[in-house]
Formats: sequence, structure tokens, C-alpha cells
Amino acid sequence: MAKMSYREALTETLHQEMANDENVIVMGEDVVGGTGSPGGPEAIGGVFGVTGGLYGKFGAGRVIDMPISEAGIAGTAAGAALAGKRPVAEIMFADFIGLCMDQLMNQAAKFRYMFGGKATCPMVLRTSYGAGMQAASQHSQSPHPMVTAIPGLKVAMPSTAADAKGLLTTAIRDDDPVIFFEHKTLYGLQGEVPEGDYLVPFGKARIVSEGTDCTLVATGRMVSFCEDAAKALAADGISCDIIDPRTTSPLDEDAILDSVEKTGRLIVVDETPPRCSFAADVAALAASEVFSSLKAPIKTVTGPHSPVPFAKELENAFLPSPLKIKAVIEKTVKYS
Amino acid sequence: MQLARQELEQAYRQMKTIRDFEDHLHREIAKGTIGGFTHLYGGQESIAVGVCENLKRTDYITSTHRGHGHCIAKGCDVKGMMKELYGRADGLCKGKGGSMHVADMDVGMLGANGIVGGGPPLATGAALAAKLDAEGGVALSFGGDGSCNQGPVFESMNIAAILNLPSIYVYENNRYSEHTGSSYVIASESIASRVEAFGIHTVKANGFDFFEVHEVMKELVAMAREGKGPCAVEFETTRFYGHFEGDPQNYRAPDEVKNDRENNDCIKIFRSKVTEAGLLSDEDLDKIDSEVGDLIEVAAEEAAAAPAPSIDEVTTDVYVSY
Ligand SMILES: Cc1ncc(C[n+]2csc(CCOP(=O)(O)OP(=O)(O)O)c2C)c(N)n1
Ligand SMILES: [Mg+2]
Repeated sequence: MAKMSYREALTETLHQEMANDENVIVMGEDVVGGTGSPGGPEAIGGVFGVTGGLYGKFGAGRVIDMPISEAGIAGTAAGAALAGKRPVAEIMFADFIGLCMDQLMNQAAKFRYMFGGKATCPMVLRTSYGAGMQAASQHSQSPHPMVTAIPGLKVAMPSTAADAKGLLTTAIRDDDPVIFFEHKTLYGLQGEVPEGDYLVPFGKARIVSEGTDCTLVATGRMVSFCEDAAKALAADGISCDIIDPRTTSPLDEDAILDSVEKTGRLIVVDETPPRCSFAADVAALAASEVFSSLKAPIKTVTGPHSPVPFAKELENAFLPSPLKIKAVIEKTVKYS
Repeated sequence: MQLARQELEQAYRQMKTIRDFEDHLHREIAKGTIGGFTHLYGGQESIAVGVCENLKRTDYITSTHRGHGHCIAKGCDVKGMMKELYGRADGLCKGKGGSMHVADMDVGMLGANGIVGGGPPLATGAALAAKLDAEGGVALSFGGDGSCNQGPVFESMNIAAILNLPSIYVYENNRYSEHTGSSYVIASESIASRVEAFGIHTVKANGFDFFEVHEVMKELVAMAREGKGPCAVEFETTRFYGHFEGDPQNYRAPDEVKNDRENNDCIKIFRSKVTEAGLLSDEDLDKIDSEVGDLIEVAAEEAAAAPAPSIDEVTTDVYVSY
């Protein structure tokens, strides 16, 4: 184990995987950083610093700065993947997936199916997501429900430094296209990370904490919000199962359903608007599969049906918080 | 320089307002009082002002992530903008948009834009509306060098050309998109040569000189108004600050910004031109400086003291009706 940040865990993984397999290539805007400028290549290494040092080690052929052309980047990655490479493309902010959508939903996601199982598209699209930095409506979204809804795409969203490494390694070695969501407020988060090869399987939830009264399901930054809420209730004798699915596609349905059968209560926390969301998806799963175990209505704690606002006060009001989650747990546990 | 005294004073006042607005934000953001991602326009003022002084209030513009200069030049209320950046209830967009989304429909300012390349398609649509209205209106998009590599930008210029729309595409080439040099990411010899390939009349000009910008734009805006179809311009320019506030700027040459501030400062160039030609005196200009300084100070004080939005506002304005 080594102590490092979420960011460093991602960087280490990219280094390891590029060294392991020469088909792994990295591409995106400013991923080298400084190409064509007086300061020269490597002046930056990605706006969030994740791709630092790759260019120096692996060279311009495999670490490629791209123009501001998100559709082109996604499409180039998909095409290179069809032709045998393992591209790791960076889309600076998940909001810009809007520009990539045709390449993802009509192309990469469907090749294998449309071509009768004869094609593979082993690309990873890494992207930063989430609110909390006052980055406003076009730089704060969490579009994982949109891509989770597309058959053919896999979706990973690490909440810890260790999972950042384990999930990214799996994503790069996976033969299907993977959308990899990195929460922009978590890059500095420190944690113990296994050394060497470390893989976290897709579709296997992390049981963050165990309890008896309520099941909390959350991903990314919302996991620590759930932990804070649960801790605040420990003194009142309320304990929670906290489940981080880690991948929303595939989804570890068993982990969620087993827990709800045990606790009889479910709260799903996510920072997106509520409609057609991951929260709604998990709630529907539990309602249809373990209805008879439920002792209280399933609740979701999400953002409202609105874009993410700029002003700090509004952004805070938009987001779930440990306090809001705590209040919903209390109500759910007391329900009769 | 065939501008009347009043026009010269107005142009200088606008450029100086942008400069002081941005300088204030630069200091304030360093203190941590303003959140979010802010991209300052300092150094490029001659372009926003030289362009917008040729537009009417009813003409449309679209802007970029580096939008404060365009907003001020098109006539957005400076105090309302300051409050918006501070995230206040009576900011121009009620504190919901912030730096990257300042907009004011009343002055034809269709929004700064957090999506690079988001503006040109919108300006193309506004030009379509202006053409249908047949009142001689035009629509103009500002864009950086980096934005010319987005597919929708190409698509919209082609649409404007085939529909003969009164749209104008302004490219401000400050040599960088974030930290990457524009010579690396732009394959053609220039942005201008690329736009020309759509059959759009395009010129290249020196953006450091307000008078050159103004003259070029006068001609282009007139062409668009007369129904001669879309046109475009690529201006050479520089940015005095980092890509965003907090950018270490280690991708730039050591004395680059210092040199540009000394030799390519559009406000200094304007001053020396008008004083040498005897059109305005140093006293005239200093007086404007002090008035602008006061305006920014008051705007900042009012913004700092203004109330935050009520949290009920999170869910208002999502739709017109629902
Ligand atoms: C679609 C999209 N991709 C990437 C970004 C991130 N980004 C913001 S500004 C910028 C560089 C823009 O360069 P340019 O168009 O030259 O404008 P400048 O910053 O120089 O004014 C990038 C890559 C973005 N905001 N939107
Ligand atoms: Mg630029």
C-alpha cells in the first residue's frame, strides 16, 4: 500500500498501463500541455494534472494533444480502438460529452452488436464531472445516467484513490468502451492504494460500511456525504449499510438487493436531477425485486430538476448534503 | 482616424472599463472572494470595442468563456455584471450564470459561453432571424483561435454561406488555446484561409490597434447589413493574464507578457495615437481614467454588499411555464 491522492492514483495507473501494453495511447486537450507553445510540451500535463509525465516517458506518438474537437476526439478514439489500439481519451469536463454523443451512442456503443459480435472497441473516455466548485451550468454536470442508459457502454465512477486505480486499470484492459467519471472535487483526496497491478472488477460494489437500519446507495463524492450523515446518526443508535456500486453499468444488483432485504429501507443519493436518473433506476430495481422486504418508502436524495447554478448559496442548495441525507434517513427509519 | 471626438472618448472609456473591470477581478479572485472559473479579457480590449462600436443595440453578438469584454462593449450594465460575478441576487443573471454565462437580451448580448465553439452556431441562427426580420440587423460571434477546430463552427459557417446570412465571425487569435500553441492545433496556414474556403469573405488584421479593428469592422458590418452574405475576420492579439485565474503560465516565454504589456498594449497604443494626432489630450484621457476607476470601485463595493440569491431561485427560470 502507498498513500497517494486520487489524482496520483490515476496518473500511476496510466503510467503502468502504458508501460504494460504498447497499444495503450492517451489523447485529449492539453493532456501533454504546452505543445506548440514557447514553454514546450509537458508544461502542464492535463488541466487536472492527471496525465503529467506521460509524454516524457512514452513520447509524442502515444501521448497526443488534441485540438478542441470533442466529437473528433471521441470518434478518433473509437476508430483507433476498432483498429486494435486501446485509447484513453480525455474529455476535460463531462459536460462536453454533449459534443461527443454521436460517436458514443451511435458508434462506439453499438459496433459489437451491429456487427454481430465481430468487433471490439476497447476505448476509455475519462472525464471530470460533478458540482461543488461554482463552475456553473456548463462545467458542473454529472451525465452518468445518460451514458448508463446506453447499452454497449460501461460506466465507472471511483469514489476513492484505490478505486481510481483499480477501476481505471480494469477499464483500460476491458474490451468494451468505458466512460470513466472522475469527480472534480476528489482529485486531491488521499488514500491507501495497492501497489503494482491492481484491478477492481466491474459490477462489484464496495460495501463502505455495514449497518442494520437503512441502506444508502451512492457513488463518487456522494459516498463521503453518506458516511458523514451515517456517522452523525450513530449516537442515536441508527446504523446504515452504505453501498458504492462503483460502476453504474454493469450494476451490482445483488449487493443492493441483499442489503435492502436486510435493512428493509433504501435511500439512493446522487447529485443529478431526479428524472430518469441513476437514483430512480436503483429505486425501481428495489421496488420491483424486494418489495416485500420494504418497511418504508424508498427515498432518493438528488439535485432538483434544474441546471447547476453558479452562486455558492444556490449551488449548495442544489446539491445533496450530509445534513439533507441525515434528515431523510431519520424520517425513513421512523416511518411506520 | 475619422472618428468624432465623442466617438473616440466613448471607445477609450469602453476599453478602459474592460481593463479596470478585469484588473479588479484579478485582484479579488486572488483573495478568494469570487468563486468559479474566470477567464480575463485584459489585452484584447481593442477588439471587443472596435467591433461593437460598429454594432447597434439591436444587433446580436455571441461570446465565449472569455466574455466580460464583449459584454461591456455591447452595452451590458457594468454594475449588474459585477454583481453577477459575485453571485448576487440582482446580478445580470440573478447570480445563476456567473462569469461564463453573462448575458443580456436587451442589448443583443446572447451570452458568454462555457462551451468553446458554442457561439458561432447561435450567431448563425440569430443572423437567420435578422434576415427574416429584414430590418438590416446583423449577428456576430466572437471566438478564440482554439474554437475554430470545433465541427459545429464549421457547420454553421457553411450554413451561413449557403443561406447568405448577415453573420460575422470574429476570431481573436491570442496564440493559445489554454496551454497549447495555436500553430500546433490549427492545420491550415491561418484561421482566415480556412474560413475563406467556405466562400466567406475573410480578412486578417492587427487586433492591437483599435483603429485598424474599427475600420475593418466598419466595412464588414456594412457588407453584412447590405445583404452581401457572411464575412469573417482573424485578429492577432494577446492575453495579459493566464488562461484562467490561477494559471501558472509556465507554457509562455519568460518575458512574453512583459513584452506584450510594454509594446502591444492596445490601450497604450490608442493613447499615443490620439494624443500624437492631437485628437484628445492626456488630460482628457486621464479624466476618463478617473471616472472609470470610480465606476469600477463603486460597482465592486455594491457587489460586495449585495444580498445573495434566495435558495428558492434554484428551481425558477428552468422553463417559461411548466
Ligand atoms: C467544448 C469545450 N471544450 C473544452 C473547453 C475547455 N476550454 C475552455 S477555454 C479553452 C481554450 C479556448 O481557446 P481559445 O478558443 O483560443 O480562446 P482563449 O481562451 O484563447 O480566449 C478550452 C480548451 C470548453 N470550455 N469547452
Ligand atoms: Mg486563444
